[in-house]
Amino acid sequence: MNRHLSQRLGFSLLTLIAVFTVVPIVAVVIYILVQGAPAISWEFLTAMPRSGMREGGILPAIIGTFYLTIGTAIFSVPLGIAAAVYLSEYAADNRWTRLIRLAIINLAGIPSVVYGLFGLGLFVLFLNFGTSILAASLTLSIMTLPVIISTAEEALRAVPQGFRTVSFSLGATRWQTIRRIVLPQALPGILTGVILGLERAAGETAPILFTGAAFFLPRLPGSVFDATMALPYHLFVISTQVPEMPIQIQYGTALVLLVFVLGMNIIATVIRSRARAKRQW
Amino acid sequence: MVTMNKIIIENLSLQYADGTESLRNISMDVPENAITVLFGPAGGGKSTLLRCLNRLNDLTEVKAVSGRILLDDENILDPKTDTIVLRRKVGMVFARPVVLPMSIRQNLTYGLELAGETRNSRLDEAVERSLKLAAIWDEVKDRLDDPAIALSGGQQQRICLARSLAQQPEVILLDEPTSGLDPISTGKVEAALQELKRDYTIILVPHSVQQAARTADYAAFFLQGELVEYGSGDEIFTTPHEQRTEDYVTGRFG
Repeated sequence: MNRHLSQRLGFSLLTLIAVFTVVPIVAVVIYILVQGAPAISWEFLTAMPRSGMREGGILPAIIGTFYLTIGTAIFSVPLGIAAAVYLSEYAADNRWTRLIRLAIINLAGIPSVVYGLFGLGLFVLFLNFGTSILAASLTLSIMTLPVIISTAEEALRAVPQGFRTVSFSLGATRWQTIRRIVLPQALPGILTGVILGLERAAGETAPILFTGAAFFLPRLPGSVFDATMALPYHLFVISTQVPEMPIQIQYGTALVLLVFVLGMNIIATVIRSRARAKRQW
Repeated sequence: MVTMNKIIIENLSLQYADGTESLRNISMDVPENAITVLFGPAGGGKSTLLRCLNRLNDLTEVKAVSGRILLDDENILDPKTDTIVLRRKVGMVFARPVVLPMSIRQNLTYGLELAGETRNSRLDEAVERSLKLAAIWDEVKDRLDDPAIALSGGQQQRICLARSLAQQPEVILLDEPTSGLDPISTGKVEAALQELKRDYTIILVPHSVQQAARTADYAAFFLQGELVEYGSGDEIFTTPHEQRTEDYVTGRFG
């Protein structure tokens, strides 16, 4: 076989593989869209569920997922960024920081149901928050932290070292350099990581299963100590736990969750590409 | 004319953490209001010495420093030295022009604002004065709010020079400031330095022997961490005492 032919063959093979990786994603999105679209109506988005969730809307689940995402952001974003700043800008490269990094990597690999169990033990029972938005948000925060920390650290490290050196040479302190140069330059990258982390939290079922998700609660939560319905758990419930469930309600719920998550993804992409166009280095 | 010594370096030695010895027992006096050139082949310790003078070496992995550096009779290697104050007094321009990711004006006011200057009149005054000193005022005065990155390399380097001048330092360190510039921009920077030496103490690591000879009032030849010879520019480039200096200056090695 001559070289040109084998090159062309290899190229075709790689293209084929690339196409095959995209096909399932597109297929899932289209399938959910087609199956779920008929269920979408103003009532579906704004009404309480009725008749054992077989009729009415999914408002409490939408609002619940919204609250949980906000709650997760409140805890995980400041903590995650602070940790990333410490690791990237202050910490020396020694055994201690290597241990922290190892812990973060391992934290990212823990199955989400284990986080759920941990949250049940610590937040629900020991700290006595009960099954609540607070406990669920804290549990999701711990799960989200490694994602935020590692992407934020990467974004901080991508800021050219020369900016720091120049800033120091002009008599800036380390904190002034971080606040005025490094953080603003890393912000788009950090935001992207934050959104991707929160998006994962919004779609998770297992961590909220024991810590804050309600099976059926046809009213909106009144405080952070209330339990709440949430889209992913609601989807699980109506797909497996309720007999004679109209199928388009299931797919409608899946579609709403998908749009919620994809919407966050699109925001992240827009932020990233805008920042790239504006970047001065 | 009596020359005053702005900086006195006594028995300075420095070792990096990886074991490489960068400076070996350097002693030299740097006179005020003159251009002192540190030259020699790469790896000679010139940049390391510059970075000792504003303690920028604190940021790198330095294992051991010994000796003293007296700036106005104060040992700046003393751990008690406030490096923030020191770096305002000793400005630096780097080989590659690094403008901060902000407007031209903000680049110039950055250091002053960090030091707590908020009066706009003072900031504007400093911007104009330092841009004029760096011979770039006419080129940028109408677009001070444009991003500094939009300027050419030669302009950026003069912005960097102006930026260190904005803080009214007493000493200016320049580490191969024209290495990436075209001859015209290089000429502008060199001309600016000749003007500046009337008010400042300038220490320059040149990017070539020719530049060293062109600019030096005093010249120090560094070879592998050692100060081989130090004297007036005329002396070093016309009648050096050391064979190694002569060989390098005449282009026999390097």
